[in-house]
Amino acid sequence: MTLPEKAVPDVDGGRRLVIGVGNVYRCDDAVGVVVARRLRNRCRGVCVAEASGEGASLMALWRAEDDVVIVDAVRSGASAGVVHRLDAHVEPIPSAFFNYSTHAFSVAEAIEMARVLGTLPRALVVYGIEGSRFEAGDVMSSAVSGVVDDVVERIAGEFAFSASER
Amino acid sequence: MRTRTINVDYLARVEGEGALRIDIKGGRLDDVKFRIFEPPRFFEAFLRGRNYTEAPDITARICGICPVAYLMGAVHAMEMIGGVTVPTPIRNLRRLLYCGEWIESHILHMAMLHAPDFLKYPDAIAMAQDHPDEVKMALKLKKIGNDVMKLLGGREIHPINVRVGGFYRVPTRREMRAMMDDLKWALDASIKMVKFVTSLPFLEFEQDYEFVCLKHPDEYPLNEGRLVSNNGMDVPISEYDAVLIEKHVPHSTALHTYVNGGGTCHVGPLARYSINYDQLTPLAKEAAKDAGLGETCRNPFQSIIVRGVETVFACEEAIRLVEEYEEPDRPFVQMEPRAGTGYGCTEAPRGICYHRYTIDDAGLIQDAKIVSPTAVNQKVIEKDLWHYVEPNLDRPDDELQWECEQAIRNYDPCISCSAHFLKLEVNRS
Repeated sequence: MTLPEKAVPDVDGGRRLVIGVGNVYRCDDAVGVVVARRLRNRCRGVCVAEASGEGASLMALWRAEDDVVIVDAVRSGASAGVVHRLDAHVEPIPSAFFNYSTHAFSVAEAIEMARVLGTLPRALVVYGIEGSRFEAGDVMSSAVSGVVDDVVERIAGEFAFSASER
Repeated sequence: MRTRTINVDYLARVEGEGALRIDIKGGRLDDVKFRIFEPPRFFEAFLRGRNYTEAPDITARICGICPVAYLMGAVHAMEMIGGVTVPTPIRNLRRLLYCGEWIESHILHMAMLHAPDFLKYPDAIAMAQDHPDEVKMALKLKKIGNDVMKLLGGREIHPINVRVGGFYRVPTRREMRAMMDDLKWALDASIKMVKFVTSLPFLEFEQDYEFVCLKHPDEYPLNEGRLVSNNGMDVPISEYDAVLIEKHVPHSTALHTYVNGGGTCHVGPLARYSINYDQLTPLAKEAAKDAGLGETCRNPFQSIIVRGVETVFACEEAIRLVEEYEEPDRPFVQMEPRAGTGYGCTEAPRGICYHRYTIDDAGLIQDAKIVSPTAVNQKVIEKDLWHYVEPNLDRPDDELQWECEQAIRNYDPCISCSAHFLKLEVNRS
């Protein structure tokens, strides 16, 4: 396991929160929720939330003192199964990244809105897993299901590192 | 001859894909095209052969922001075929679910998509830098709308708890009561939102519309009513196809709607408000009065205020429905299929949403027709643009483009819903 370049800091009183975004009935769009559910069993002391990606509800999930990891399927043009890691405190989140829109207020817009409103959590890392199939169905493509273990371990590593830093 | 073309290839802050092209030749307005190029989605075609019970869940996927309109259109149509009347608690739960959709949809449009137009911001994120309190309030309001959707619909996007005859599961009284504090906060916040949008600068632009909406004798329309207009139309929804006809035009994958034997019609908040003002709740009427609205409103740019008034209504109505809620004995009424044709027409946030289904004795769908409010409003949007651009031809292209996009967003168009198909071009020659 490789520790991330910039691990999530751990803050007194804050939660370690994983938010799995997606729709489990839309093939590769399930991957965010699948990873979050695996982390529920894999990491003690980690809060797990599942979200549709709707912006206002997403912003209500985190508090300023939390360490947050969001996992979602993305479609940026890369090969299926490619894992992107974005630190919201280091770079803006591209809105064209996510395969979702409810009148254009979803994950990226929620994060950028929170940045402007000063309501970003203390740490916010986004894992975007490149998907290829988003039609109705409950089976992920092999390219996406094949990276779930790795993403689970990488996120566990983020939290382990932050805990060791406490 | 000098040609000017104002061209918006891809309209922002609307759902779906559309464009606008304005051609000006020799100082005269030559053409305005509101183009919808979202690919056809064929929902009506792939409903054929499916069981009548599947129609609500399939059609709810037409839209992520107004799925309740599709759920309700489908269940009402099927229940008409089956002769099912749902008991009052189920009817009230449906009305509450619709209040949730109006709250989250209206607030999203007012604060996130439309208000930036008036204040000359490129988007809500830029607006939030100068108006953080209003944006925070709007986000919380939207989430409360989402929460109502989630409690009754099972989830906030594309609810899955609605079925023909009622619901799969109904909430407990305790679950309903748990929303009360948030709803009371929302009512207060929605009144503040009306004050905020009333402070925006408005263009003078009164239009002579034929408004079409539902009207119900006892309530501001959501799920039920007759199809009425301010021009004498007053028919049951089963006569929709006789009074509103559709035409295909080359520049749109969504069919244009006309009043049979007449011209264009306007559906949505202005129509509902102007025809049903008397049915508004007391605080909604007060908010309208404080905003300077009369009992009708014909300025589409003021639709943002009317959406705010309707949000006050939706909060007030939601509080009443929660207070009066008694758990029904059963969450749904069983329906036995029989051959026939049924109709559903409900008030989506953007206007009437019409469904017609024919099923056979086995309950299999033989024919389906669905008309979204944005499809109906396409032609009146083009007319608004003609009427707005013509006296303003001397204005610079960038100002014209901004105000034309704003004029389109007056209708909160949901292009994804309308496509069976936006991009702005202004061509000056």
